[in-house]
Amino acid sequence: MFIDLFTDYTLRTIALGAVLLGLTSGVLGCFAVLRRQALLGDAMAHAALPGVVLAFMLTGSRAPLILVLGAAIAGWLGALAVLAIVRLSRIKEDAAFGLVLSVFFGLGMVLLTFVQRSGSAGQAGLDKYLFGQAAAMVMSDVVMIASLGALLLSLVLLFWKEFKLLSFDPEFAASQGYPVRRLDILLTSLIVVAIVLGLQLVGVVLMSALLVAPAAAARQWTNRLSTMALLAGTLGAIAGVVGALISTNARGLSTGPVIVVVISLVVLVSLLFAPERGLIWAWVRQWRNRRRFSTRQP
Amino acid sequence: MSMQLEIQIIAALVAATCALPGVFLVLRRMAMISDAISHTILFGIVVGFIIVRDLASPWLLVGATLTGVLTVWLVELLTRSQRVKEDTAIGLVFPLLFSLAVIMLSGLAGGNMHLDEHSVLLGELVFAPFDRLTFFGLDLPRAIWINSGILLLNLLFIGLFYKELKLSTFDPQLAAALGFSPVLLHYALMTLVSLTAVGAFDAVGVILVVALIVGPPAAAYLLTDRLSLMLILSVGIGIISAITGYWLARLLNTTIAGAMATMVGVVFSLVFVFAPRYGLIRRLR
Repeated sequence: MFIDLFTDYTLRTIALGAVLLGLTSGVLGCFAVLRRQALLGDAMAHAALPGVVLAFMLTGSRAPLILVLGAAIAGWLGALAVLAIVRLSRIKEDAAFGLVLSVFFGLGMVLLTFVQRSGSAGQAGLDKYLFGQAAAMVMSDVVMIASLGALLLSLVLLFWKEFKLLSFDPEFAASQGYPVRRLDILLTSLIVVAIVLGLQLVGVVLMSALLVAPAAAARQWTNRLSTMALLAGTLGAIAGVVGALISTNARGLSTGPVIVVVISLVVLVSLLFAPERGLIWAWVRQWRNRRRFSTRQP
Repeated sequence: MSMQLEIQIIAALVAATCALPGVFLVLRRMAMISDAISHTILFGIVVGFIIVRDLASPWLLVGATLTGVLTVWLVELLTRSQRVKEDTAIGLVFPLLFSLAVIMLSGLAGGNMHLDEHSVLLGELVFAPFDRLTFFGLDLPRAIWINSGILLLNLLFIGLFYKELKLSTFDPQLAAALGFSPVLLHYALMTLVSLTAVGAFDAVGVILVVALIVGPPAAAYLLTDRLSLMLILSVGIGIISAITGYWLARLLNTTIAGAMATMVGVVFSLVFVFAPRYGLIRRLR
């Protein structure tokens, strides 16, 4: 299967797309995890669905850029709706997330049935946004992923210091005169773009996992943000390509669930065996201490 | 009874059942746990089906409910290990269990299991009247029996432990100091949420369970300061959203579950803007 990677054009396209998507969502996921926005990611991914379908209904085009644009606008509206509900009423964040993700998703499903009923050629292409379908990726998708991904990563590099400060100590950043609100909006926008790019690989239902899991795994191995971002990007890329190849080879298997299982295994191993934070070592220490103290007693 | 009426009764029952435990989730700031539970119960249903090979078996309900409670426990275990924060823990646990379920489901596809990725997301409310059960000489859809049973259980639990729930929701420290076990009450509530989600799952699917659990209580929270009134209003708002959602779906010839969630959004937006004391207009004036 892995030899085919270098000979088979379709497989190579899919693998390339999966690597790029895993990389971008892995890197940006670090900020989402550190800023405790894991559930915001879930809400935005679900909120993107009506955007994808509406973009298709309005333009009749399945061009990747148009669908991604629709998804990004809807994802952004979802994030804004959460913000508005929390700011302008006494409802708390958790309820705002739940409300926005389920209502936007319901609306998206309603729109999707319209498209399916009209029986136009696009319906098969839109279905993949639910659970992801790597096999449906073509070269034009990969080109778009590569260019938008490069833009995202270079912006992260450019604003590295600012984003780092924003994630760890926003009050201090504000006191030093950084435009915290605008930086916050920029970082959230980058996360939105990473999410909507990943949709066609993982689907709206499971996208938050591709965002959060690589970062959570990487966090266990290091205390440095730069190392964490590099590691999360790598782990995301590996999980992406392994999941994409497995699901492409097995008939009737969606890509999203396979990727999630692969990356979850990586998280489990990291949680248990990472050198300093690993739970196994903590248990061993605890057991040793307990034995030492119990033998000292007469 | 006509099929249309039966579908509406099921929709209203599900909405009322979801709204009751939803009130406590919203007040305890745990709304997103319903998102996690509604996803992972699928894992319990699929594993249960593989073991008993019967989609109508009551063991499936038990297994699925236990999986929901297991999810809450896993999230707490991960959070307590202090290796990840709570939101990340939720975001790790439910996608994994849900993914495993979807993969097993596609392995089973082609068999006699009428579950697929689409009905998982949207439920099968249209077909619910075909699946019938006769009890006490009454021939009704299975969904009506199951969901009214769960509704009764919810009412019974909230009725019996109203004081305890109220105290531990608004002042957990005092509740613990007075000797109520917050852990026990918490897990009892989680079991109830889980059971409720399992009952609603057949009708409205995974994600729209969240709309019915979170939406009506959130709207009711903007209308009143009294817990008892909030419970009643939530049930009312849930039923209104469900019935209007059903007619919207008929009108537009689209998915009932999706239309119901859309109506939850519409009703919430109206309340959000026009609520007499906590609404947007009042706030901006």
